[in-house]
Amino acid sequence: MSEQKYYVPDGTYWPIIGSIGVTILFVGFANQMHGVSWGASAMVLGFAIVIFMLFGWLGQVVNESVNGIYNSQVDRSFRWGMSWFIFSEVMFFAAFFGALFYARQISVPWLSGEGNNLYTPELWDGFKATWQQIAFSTPGTTLKSGVEMSIPTQLVDTWGLPALNTALLLLSGVTLTFAHHALRAERRNQVISWLVATIVLGVAFLGFQVAEYGHAYADGLQLTSGIYGSTFYMLTGFHGFHVTIGAIMLSVILYRVQKGHFSADSHFGFEGVAWYWHFVDVVWLGLFVFVYWL
Amino acid sequence: MTTATATIPHGVHHHGPEKGLMRWIKTTNHKDIGSLYMWFAFAMLLIGGALAMGIRAELLQPGMQLMEPQFFNQLTTMHGLIMVFGAIMPAFVGLGNWLIPMMIGAPDMALPRMNNWSFWILPFAGGILLSTFFMEGGAPAFGWTFYAPLSTTFAPDSTDFFIFAVHLLGFSSIMGAINIIATVLNMRAPEMKLMDMPLFVWTWLITSFLLIGAMPVLAGVVTMMLTDRNFGTAFFDATGGGDPVMFQHIFWFFGHPEVYIMILPAFGITSHIIPTFARKPLFGYSSMVYATASIAFLSYIVWAHHMFLTGMPVAGGLYFMYATMLIAVPTGVKVFNWVATMWRGSMTFEAPMLWTLSFVFLFTIGGFSGLMLGIAPADIQYHDTYFVVAHFHYVLVTGALWAIIAATLYWLPKWTGKMYNESLAKIHFWWAVISVNILFFPQHFLGLAGMPRRIPDYSLQFADFNLISSIGGFAFGASFFLLTYIVVDCIRNGKPVSARPWKGAKGLEWTLDAKAPYHSFNTPPSRALIEAESQHSA
Ligand code: HEM
Ligand SMILES: [Cu+2]
Repeated sequence: MSEQKYYVPDGTYWPIIGSIGVTILFVGFANQMHGVSWGASAMVLGFAIVIFMLFGWLGQVVNESVNGIYNSQVDRSFRWGMSWFIFSEVMFFAAFFGALFYARQISVPWLSGEGNNLYTPELWDGFKATWQQIAFSTPGTTLKSGVEMSIPTQLVDTWGLPALNTALLLLSGVTLTFAHHALRAERRNQVISWLVATIVLGVAFLGFQVAEYGHAYADGLQLTSGIYGSTFYMLTGFHGFHVTIGAIMLSVILYRVQKGHFSADSHFGFEGVAWYWHFVDVVWLGLFVFVYWL
Repeated sequence: MTTATATIPHGVHHHGPEKGLMRWIKTTNHKDIGSLYMWFAFAMLLIGGALAMGIRAELLQPGMQLMEPQFFNQLTTMHGLIMVFGAIMPAFVGLGNWLIPMMIGAPDMALPRMNNWSFWILPFAGGILLSTFFMEGGAPAFGWTFYAPLSTTFAPDSTDFFIFAVHLLGFSSIMGAINIIATVLNMRAPEMKLMDMPLFVWTWLITSFLLIGAMPVLAGVVTMMLTDRNFGTAFFDATGGGDPVMFQHIFWFFGHPEVYIMILPAFGITSHIIPTFARKPLFGYSSMVYATASIAFLSYIVWAHHMFLTGMPVAGGLYFMYATMLIAVPTGVKVFNWVATMWRGSMTFEAPMLWTLSFVFLFTIGGFSGLMLGIAPADIQYHDTYFVVAHFHYVLVTGALWAIIAATLYWLPKWTGKMYNESLAKIHFWWAVISVNILFFPQHFLGLAGMPRRIPDYSLQFADFNLISSIGGFAFGASFFLLTYIVVDCIRNGKPVSARPWKGAKGLEWTLDAKAPYHSFNTPPSRALIEAESQHSA
């Protein structure tokens, strides 16, 4: 066995800065929700610190990578790290999908008396258990949190914008794969074009998503529309947030490609972001099928 | 595993720690971070313990003497949260940090900067959590399981801070778990196969998968709480088609794996200490690995045994009952193997062994009461009584915490290069093991007789056992002063030891200097060394 050298980085300030940032962000958020005047400013400050930390920390990593400090072992550690991070994100979405299935298959039917829950309709007088338009026959019902429920007047049109968005995201997965192939073949200009195409598709997706939210909101489908509104907005909202992060990461990768940071056989940064993008893609498929379609 | 190519720039390779406070804030060293975790966990243990003393003081006699019921509920809630998320989990991560790189022949963790962040989130999260005591409306008072609608409709404002604290704690755990997976799979000595790994490494690897699968679900459920409380969603509100029962399903989908997160590393520790002091190789190494993996798998599919009384279809109750019983099989395999390892060994009873032996006894008692609780029709009687409290304190205090103390004493010589005071440690052990049983054993009887948990007052027939339990509680609480003294005394005045202070000990960590060097292995150990130190070679 030949001598193996390991890479162990020096001490770093970034984590503590990050902790301070997220703490200020969260404390600000909580105070903002409780109507405290400085809440919002604290949120902005905390957010800025987190962004500063991310740039500083990841910037340092990129620098070290470009200067050839890392070896193949570090590269594998990053790969393991990124894949299991994505898996943890999958489980986060799984919690919300679980809530969706539970509500649809169990709690809403039960509220209308299915199974042996014969007396629940008495408790919830006038409850209409239609999935997208959960409502009471008497309008103006308030939730336990004191918020008035908003009853959607229209159903979401699956084969309109949502279908278009599905096509866009799937296509972006393809263009990203082309970019990867081009990277392996060391054709930088092609990589750049395919990456730009991917980012454009992602941004278009986000644009349509915002437009769709606008329609839905106008039709009365809001966060306060009962369990359908809750699952609809939380699932699509977190997904949209992840697409945004993904698009930002792709833009950073684009910049790094232009700088020539990657080579045919060493481009973990690119691949990690690509995995993330495909993950976001797959989550959307689940959303399309279970939130919009079925 | 290939040999790495890049050269290491100057100043990165052979260096010792920085000086002063900055060393601890900036550190990327697995030993420094391990120590930080351990001290943090210890501080939290003392704080959580102080809250428990408040609980036992109020329960000393029937009637309300010291506090308002609302404050009592804050004490039980915060005690549970602090012990689970602040003491037990960080202590195991600390042990993992200290030991895993040494045990697999690596220099450090795979992602050292992230390792620093996993720790340095904790004090902030803990601070947010503790600060809720001083907020208007007081700290959360809905129990560590924070069932909706207690935690949504009827909870104080401080609940939102609690939610963010849980987010941070979860984030830290996930990063810690990712790091351990990457370390074990990628930093292991090239000559060490998976089935050569010591069991502490195996159990932590499997625990990491539990963490990555379960913690995000916890994040999901507190996020739903947050939006239900502040943004008008209806996840747990039947008016809008949601369901508070759904909260329990999602919570326990996290919650049951969580309890195994807190015990699997303890199984690993036990599998190191028993062979050492029985001077025999571990019996059934590979069955230990498979048992651990199957416990982990099963732990994902038994969650509703916490909900037999919440209401579910009969078929559901039956399924969850049988699935729960199934866990007893791999757990039995483990206990059998430990006992078989001791069989005809030439045993000695130094303090770590005493803790471990009592772990095997007392954890098994907790396992049996768990089996009783898992019988759906019987649980109708036991649920939400002190029987449940007794059950989970046997598995968590005399289980998880016992293993943590055993591990601390066992590896303290390697961490400090010095030996603790054995006679004091023995006194401390007997003090703790007797008082803990006085504290928790009577709670079984209280529960069987029907005393509900989370209640500050009780009817007269429960008075005697509660008095006994409280006295045991105070004695047990006091024992931690002695533990603190033993550890500090070892660090300061302990006698220097050799590299392998326990004669029968095996494992790569014992091949390092008496006080392990700052970076564990700079060159990976050879196949011969790995084989000589492996748990399954005689
Ligand atoms: C031998 C296997 C085990 C079985 C069959 C088992 C079974 C159960 C059951 C059925 C309950 C619910 C009781 C009720 O609320 O009525 C319960 C509660 C609990 N168990 Fe276990 N258990 C086992 C091992 C463990 C272990 C190893 C731990 C932790 C290290 C643990 C920690 C807990 C906790 C914390 C609770 C109470 C949760 C609460 O606050 O409601 N259990 N157990
Ligand atoms: Cu359980």
